[in-house]
Amino acid sequence: MSDRSQIAARAAQLSVRFEAAGAQVVDPPLLQPAGTLLDLYGEDIRARAYVTSDALRGEQMLRPDFTVPVVQMHMKEGAESARYTYSGEVFRRQEQDPDRSNEYVQVGYEVFDREDPAAADAEVFSLFALQLRGLSLRAATGDIGILMAAVQGLKTTEKRKAALMRHIWRPRRFRALLDRYAGRTAVPESRAKLLSSEGDLVGSATEIGKRSAAEIRDRIEVLRADAAAGPIAENEILALEALMAVRETVPYAIEQLRDIAVDLPAILPALNRLDERTAAMKARGVDVENLDFEASYGRTSMEYYDGFVFGFYAESRPDLPPIASGGRYDALTRMLGQGGEIPAVGGVIRPDLILSLEGDRS
Amino acid sequence: MSVKLGVPSKGRLMEKTFDWFAKRGVTLSRTGSDREYAGRVDGVDGVDLVLLSAGEIPRELAAGRIHLGVTGTDLVQEKLPRWEQQVEEIAPLGFGHADLILAVPQFWIDVDNLDDLDAAAAAFRQHHGFRMRIATKYHRLVREYLTDAGVADYQLVDSQGATEGTVKNETAEMVADITSTGETLRANHLKILSDGPVLKSQATLWRSRVARHEPGDKEALTALLDLLR
Repeated sequence: MSDRSQIAARAAQLSVRFEAAGAQVVDPPLLQPAGTLLDLYGEDIRARAYVTSDALRGEQMLRPDFTVPVVQMHMKEGAESARYTYSGEVFRRQEQDPDRSNEYVQVGYEVFDREDPAAADAEVFSLFALQLRGLSLRAATGDIGILMAAVQGLKTTEKRKAALMRHIWRPRRFRALLDRYAGRTAVPESRAKLLSSEGDLVGSATEIGKRSAAEIRDRIEVLRADAAAGPIAENEILALEALMAVRETVPYAIEQLRDIAVDLPAILPALNRLDERTAAMKARGVDVENLDFEASYGRTSMEYYDGFVFGFYAESRPDLPPIASGGRYDALTRMLGQGGEIPAVGGVIRPDLILSLEGDRS
Repeated sequence: MSVKLGVPSKGRLMEKTFDWFAKRGVTLSRTGSDREYAGRVDGVDGVDLVLLSAGEIPRELAAGRIHLGVTGTDLVQEKLPRWEQQVEEIAPLGFGHADLILAVPQFWIDVDNLDDLDAAAAAFRQHHGFRMRIATKYHRLVREYLTDAGVADYQLVDSQGATEGTVKNETAEMVADITSTGETLRANHLKILSDGPVLKSQATLWRSRVARHEPGDKEALTALLDLLR
């Protein structure tokens, strides 16, 4: 175990390098209003963040990450394009695993830039790779934007696409929806009965609560329309499944994805962005030939990422979380931007884990 | 020293627990006045009775302040993270049956299961601008269950009593609560989702894995458990 002063010293070293890369230092408060985080992540965040409260400001959370406050700050007052770095503790509630830290230091680097997203992705990735050089880590990369483009391009109803998009980050529910839209799962009896009934169905039971009879009628209409829409074509479903299973080095992954694009042409713009990013990474000296790419990477734990995603893992220490991780979060700037938006990408690194790996080696 | 046995301090749960032990040759009884929480154990040596609120028994087991305790599966799983490592189940007692269930208004004819609930929650949030509220006191169990099922766009609001009434009072859209017969739910115009309960619970005898044993305790505990099993 490294002590706090060692971790602080290593964090300061990283900060200096991120500053040298052109970032401005920011220092968001430890306490964040809970409302924003709850709106973004839903109730699940309560299992991951410490909640406290006072009578005046209501519920507050000990910051579970820096990205949200940094985005809020940039969108409120920031210049058009900017680079930020920060360093400090984040807090994660642990309910299952006592070996996981509930408080640790993150040093981050975030780029807000409209001009050249591919170059910004490559800049962030190679800057992190540089800090971790010599630790022999495995880098994992992915791109949630390709899966999103595939869903948007399906030949089906807008409602179905919206439902799938909403569950991109919940693979099990996504899977269940896909099976239903493919006509692979039987319609539940209750649903069949509901849809076969004629006339106005609402009114026999007492109406209570805020969800109104009109909302129920609306949903039944939606269900009727959905039942009338045909299943998603087999070739699209198979292509989508093939896409989610892509796990290769970057050049082979691109080859497979180009094949998949025959059935899902909507992913072509996203693939072009992957090409541009790969070229930009190569230009910065990243060994893309041997870099791993997983199309489903980042779907379970990184809810706000919607494009490029990456993580650095110590293969000798599978018990450790990623030493560094990050990604692109364009949509988050829109959600927190109060009308504004700007493409953004960034990541964080954990100095405590670096020290622990260095300790293993010596 | 002695082995400490924690038992619910009042009501039917206490009476049925006393009966269950009595059938196995261990007589538990309260001593002193009705209001005094003191008791005694006959039929086995070296065991002390500790009368506690059923809700506090999980915590006392996890802290090792009692060696054995009787309380519901629901309370152990809600209050103790990684409960299997803190307590061992000795025996289900066959009473105090209750299911933790999710219930919605009966007139939500479009909502029968978790799939429906998730879709209805998404539409509700869009329409009302806030996440659908579920009244409960079982925050951790309900949250883990819904996370696992991939349900989003809900929020848990705390309700420590009269939970079934929250929908009518419009402080919640639905509830997650313990029920044994479903009577109270029906009376409040609520119906249970068809996916099955979040948790099936009954009164259970637990052993603390962390409680320390003084000289003689092990023997007393073994003697007691031999009678009970």
